[in-house]
Amino acid sequence: MINPLPESAEAAKARRLRSIAIALALGAFVILVFVITIAKIGGHVADPHRF
Amino acid sequence: MTDAAAETVAPAVPARWQDYVALLKPRVMSLVVFTGLTGLVCARGSLGPVLGAVAILCIAVGAGASGSLNMWYDADIDARMRRTRGRPVPMGRVQGADALALGLVLSLFSVGVMFLAVGVLAAGLLAFTIVFYAVVYTMWLKRSTPQNIVIGGLAGALPPVIGWAAASGSVPANAWLLCAIIFLWTPPHFWALSLYTAEDYAKVGVPMMPVVRGAASTRRQILIYSLVLIPVAIAPAFTGLGGALYLAIAGLGGAMFLLLAGRLALSKAGDATDERVVERRGRLYHVRTGAKDARNLFAFSILYLFLLFAGLLAEHLIGLGALRW
Repeated sequence: MINPLPESAEAAKARRLRSIAIALALGAFVILVFVITIAKIGGHVADPHRF
Repeated sequence: MTDAAAETVAPAVPARWQDYVALLKPRVMSLVVFTGLTGLVCARGSLGPVLGAVAILCIAVGAGASGSLNMWYDADIDARMRRTRGRPVPMGRVQGADALALGLVLSLFSVGVMFLAVGVLAAGLLAFTIVFYAVVYTMWLKRSTPQNIVIGGLAGALPPVIGWAAASGSVPANAWLLCAIIFLWTPPHFWALSLYTAEDYAKVGVPMMPVVRGAASTRRQILIYSLVLIPVAIAPAFTGLGGALYLAIAGLGGAMFLLLAGRLALSKAGDATDERVVERRGRLYHVRTGAKDARNLFAFSILYLFLLFAGLLAEHLIGLGALRW
């Protein structure tokens, strides 16, 4: 097995911040889909006569 | 795909998250958000504030995706131009394949979410805009014809139409009027810039108008487009879209625009490199004789477009009525 080149401290920090940015973006996407769903359904989601 | 775009080289420095933000061309995004918001507000549709905000987000992300695809494809010429050589791909901070992937993912995201949140018309227009900018303009027109920014300008002109479609589900004549204003504004705006950046485009073989037809022809065409633009910019005051504030901005600003375009037409802007200043170090561009007139029009064109759309936005937000004739 070939050992990967050791990662510099600067590269490791940049990678960690990129990972955090991706996590935040994914979290924001989940919240966005939730908000769109609520907005499309409207305020009568629990009303049994609506459907 | 270009050779440079196809190259896979190890990044010289580690990519920061800010480099990926830079791929999205944030300044272009801000302009697109502004014009898209104006279209959305002017439509007076039934879309609520939450879905309206989602629509604007989709327009912004779609514009960012187009920017990322543009930077992927144009990495070879970006690396050789002063204005663009600091971008993440030519600098080696982001690999071309990563810029391509980001552009594709964000394109699918923006169009998909627009479809789910708003509807098929706005999503379809957004998809068309992304494809038009990334494929028709970037991959085809930009390197093949001096009319590149004239035709390609349609991509930058469509956001108010998308905003209007998102809000109302239709695109009436007034929406296309906003599109026409930006479409006709683009050539005088961009050619004024290219009059004093022509060396860069000539060096990389991009057939911008001053490179192919010469500075005198470019100055003349700027004036012609300006003469067509100003009446079209004033037109919303007569179509039930703009009010007295808008008419004042479009009329007075238009007169100033024509004055600057006329002065530029009579100037020597772009004719030859100004030897007095070309050797100064640290300049972004080789400054050409008479460049001041070109810079003045370039700067004022940005202000004019901003004021036109800000006027419309303000009138509709505070409820000022359109003029009745």
